[in-house]
Amino acid sequence: MNPVKQLSRRDFVKTSGLFVLGVSMAGCGRQDKPGIRNAGPSDGPWSPDVFISLDADGTVHIISHRSEMGQGTRTGLTAIVADELEADWERVIVEQAMADAVYGNQNTDGSWSVRGFMQRMREAGASARQMLEQAAADQWQVDVSECRAENHRILHDASARSLDYKDLVLAAAALPVPAPDTLSFKPSEKFRYIGKDLPIVDLDDMTHGRASYGIDASVTGMKYAVIARCPVTFGRVKSFDAEETLAFDGVQQVVEVPAATPPALYQALGGIAVIADNTWAAMEGRKRLKINWDEGDNTSYNSEDYKAQLLSATRQDGQVVRGEGDVTEAFANAEITLDAEFYTPHLAHAPMEPPVALASVTTDSCEIWAPTQDPQSIIEAGAAITGLAPEQIKVHVTLLGGGFGRKSKCDFVNEAIILSKSIAAPVKVIWSREDDIRHGYLHAPSAQYLKASINSENAVDGWLHRVAYPTIMSTFDAGAKRPASWEIGMGAVNMPYDIANVNIASAETEAKIRIGWLRSVCNIFQAFAVCSFTDEIAYARNKDPLENFLDMLGPDRHLDFSSFGQEAVDDYPFDTARLRRVAELAAEKAGWGSLLPEGHGHGIAVHRSFLSYVAAVVEVVVDSDGRWNVPRVDIAFDCGLAVNPDRVRAQLEGSVVFGLSLARDGNITATNGRVDQGNFDDYPVLRMDMTPETSVHIVHNDAPPAGVGEPGVPPIAPALANAIFAATGTRLREMPFGPQIAV
Amino acid sequence: MNLSINGESIEFDGDANMPLLWALRDVLGLTGTKFGCGKGLCGACTVHLNGEAIRSCLTPVSAAEGAEVTTIEGLAADGDHPLQKAWATHNVPQCGYCQPGQIMQAASLLASNPKPSEQDSVDGMRGNICRCGTYERIKKAIRTAAGELS
Repeated sequence: MNPVKQLSRRDFVKTSGLFVLGVSMAGCGRQDKPGIRNAGPSDGPWSPDVFISLDADGTVHIISHRSEMGQGTRTGLTAIVADELEADWERVIVEQAMADAVYGNQNTDGSWSVRGFMQRMREAGASARQMLEQAAADQWQVDVSECRAENHRILHDASARSLDYKDLVLAAAALPVPAPDTLSFKPSEKFRYIGKDLPIVDLDDMTHGRASYGIDASVTGMKYAVIARCPVTFGRVKSFDAEETLAFDGVQQVVEVPAATPPALYQALGGIAVIADNTWAAMEGRKRLKINWDEGDNTSYNSEDYKAQLLSATRQDGQVVRGEGDVTEAFANAEITLDAEFYTPHLAHAPMEPPVALASVTTDSCEIWAPTQDPQSIIEAGAAITGLAPEQIKVHVTLLGGGFGRKSKCDFVNEAIILSKSIAAPVKVIWSREDDIRHGYLHAPSAQYLKASINSENAVDGWLHRVAYPTIMSTFDAGAKRPASWEIGMGAVNMPYDIANVNIASAETEAKIRIGWLRSVCNIFQAFAVCSFTDEIAYARNKDPLENFLDMLGPDRHLDFSSFGQEAVDDYPFDTARLRRVAELAAEKAGWGSLLPEGHGHGIAVHRSFLSYVAAVVEVVVDSDGRWNVPRVDIAFDCGLAVNPDRVRAQLEGSVVFGLSLARDGNITATNGRVDQGNFDDYPVLRMDMTPETSVHIVHNDAPPAGVGEPGVPPIAPALANAIFAATGTRLREMPFGPQIAV
Repeated sequence: MNLSINGESIEFDGDANMPLLWALRDVLGLTGTKFGCGKGLCGACTVHLNGEAIRSCLTPVSAAEGAEVTTIEGLAADGDHPLQKAWATHNVPQCGYCQPGQIMQAASLLASNPKPSEQDSVDGMRGNICRCGTYERIKKAIRTAAGELS
C-alpha cells in the first residue's frame, strides 16, 4: 500500500501540550529528537535539583519521574514541588522523565508514588526556594531571614521590595545548593496546592486528542508489527508457512521471535512477528499465517481442574503463617462454629490501551517509547537483548492508556527491541485486545477456607483462614509454589480482629500460566473472603453487620504483625481506630440501618491496604428474577494527607467501577492451556448502565500520605456480596457473581 | 479515493478495506482516535460519519468515501465544544485514553438529542468503555454540556 498523499503524517512522536517545552526552552540546549519532549536531569540553565530547572524567564520545569496511568501523578508529585518552591502553577511546565536511576525508583506500582516521594519533592522545592531567597537577600544586602517566597516572587516586607523569580535565576544559579539538613519546609497551613483540588495537567490534551500514548509514538521509517504467540504459555513454533501473509499488500516480512523459557520474567513470549507498513496490514497478515506449534507441557492446564485442586488444598492443614492460641480447642469448646469456602478466578488487566511499544535499535543505540510503569527495568532488558551498554538505552515514557499492573511487565517492550534489532529499523509492536487477554500476566485464582468459633458469651474466639493460590513469585522463580509473605500480608495474615485463637495457613500450588499483579493484588480475594465471612459471623451472632465488625475489631490499638513476617512501615502503624472511623463514616453517610425499599440491601466491607483505610457501603437492588443492580455506593477513605483530593475521589470512584466489574463479570478461564476469553464480549467490564452513584467521603487528617490507586478496590466485591445477602438471603462465595443470581 | 476529514479533502489510495481507524491513525497521522478492541465493543475509536457516531475500527475506509468524517481533532474549530469544556469542568479523564471516543459519542448523542434524559445518556453511552471508571463524571459532563447544570 502506498498512499499518494500523507496528510500531516508525523515523522516524529506527536508532541503537544505539556510534553512540549516550546518557546521558553529555545536555545537552552535541551535538544532531543525533534518532537519528543521527555527531559533529562540537570540540563536547564539552572537546575538546582534533578527534578527542577528554571529558564531565564522564570518558567519552572518540574520532572514527573513516575508513570502517568490515570492516577494523577504528573499533577500530584509536581504540585508538591511547586508548592514548596512557591511557584505559580501557571508558570510551571511538567516534563516526563526518561528512565534514569538519578531520580530514584520509577517503578510505578504499589500505590507508592506520593508516600515514597513526597519528602523528596519537598526537598527539591525547598532547596530551589532557599537559593532564590538567598539570591534576593544578596541583591538587597539584607539577611535572608527577612526574605520570603510567595507565588513566584521573593518579598522583603520591611522595605516593601520584591523580585520575580526570573530576575533571580542567574544569581541563584551561582549559589551553592543548600545541604539537606539546612532546608526548611512550609507549614501545612501555608500549602498553596497540596490538599487543594487541582485539574490534571494533561486534561486539555486528553479532551482534544493531543495526549500522546504509547500507541501514538512514531519515528521516521517506523514499521508496524503484530505477533502470533503460542496460545499456550512457553509453547514454541515448530514450523510455519508465511506465503499468504507475505502476499498481503503492505506486509513486508515475517520474523520469528525466540520462545521464552521458564521462569517467564519479562521475556518476550516468542512467536511469529508480521512486519508491515501499517497496523491493519500486520493484523491481516497475521490472520494468514499457518503455524504449527509445539504447545509444550502447559497444555495440561485447565482452570476448572485447577480450581478443584486449590479448593482441595484448603481443606487440609497448610503451612501456618500466623498461629496464636489454639483454634482446635476454641472450635471444640464453641457454642457455634461456622465455616465457608471462597473461590475467585483469574482476571486480566485489560487496560484500554493494550500493550504497545516502539523501539529503534541501531548498532550503537537503542531508543524506546513505551507506556511503561517500570522504565528502568527496560534499560536492563534492552541492554541484555541488544548487547549495548545501559547508557546507550534511552527509554521515553509516554502516557499510559491504563496500566493496572500490566504495564509493569516489559515483555511487550522486549518484543519491539528484538524486532527492531532484527530488521534494523524502528518497529512498533501493537497488541490486539485478544493478544492482551490471552497473553497477559494473569491475576491469580484463589481458594480460601475460613472457620470461626463463637463462644457461650456470643463472642468470636477462634479464626482459621487457609489460602491457596499460585504465587506471583512463580513468574520470577519457576520453583516458587507458596504465596510470599507480602502476598499473604495483603489481607490474610494481617487480619485485624481481636480474636484470641488464630490460625492462618497457606498451601502449595504450582503456576501453569504467567501470574502477575493486578490493581490491589491479593487484597482482592483475601478481602473478599475475610469481609464476606465477617458478615456471615454477624448473622451467626445475630448482630448487625456494622456492630459485629466493630465488636470484632475490638478496642482501638496499634497492631504489629512483624512476628508473622510482615514488615512494619515507619510512621504507618496499623491503627484500628482509623479502620473503625472509616466504617462508622461510610455507614453514617449511607444511612446504614435505615429502612430500605423491598428488594434493596446494604452491605459493608472494611479493609486496610497499601497503608490506607477504606470502608464501602454498597446498596443493591435485586429483582424477582435475581437481576441485580447497584444504585449507590458510599466509600469512606483515610489515606492520611490527600495531596489532590479531586484525584483521590477520582481514584475511589474508579475503584468502585473496577471492583464491581470484577465482582460481576471478571472471569478468565483456560482450557488445555489456552485462555478461553479474548475481548470485551466474553470478558465484559462494567459499563455506564451498571455504574452506581458513588459518594467518596475522605477523612481529612495530618497522618502521612498512604496509597490511593489501589485500596479502594478490595472492599467493593465483599460489600456487594453482603448487600446481596441482606437483600435476598443468598450468600455468594464465588466470583464473579454474574448479572443475575439464583434466588 | 477522495476523503473529507475534518473539513479537508484528502486523496487516499490505500486499501479500501482498511478500517477507517487505521487509515486515520497510521496513514493520516490523526492519532486522537484510539484503538481499544477492534470489534466495535468499546467505543475508543468513535468518530462521526456525516455527524453520526460510528466505530471506525469496523468501518472500511471505502464507506467514508463521499461522506464527511469528523474526528476528535476536528470536533470544534477552536477546541471549545461544550462537551470539551464540560469535560474540563468535571475533571473527567483519568488515563484519558477512551475520552476522545467518549466525547465523540456524546457529541453525536447531543446533536440528535440536545436535552437527553439520564436514561437517554446511559443508553447512548453504554457502548463506550472506560476502564478507569469515569462514567459518573461523564454523565455529569453531558448534563452540564446540555445546559441542565450550571
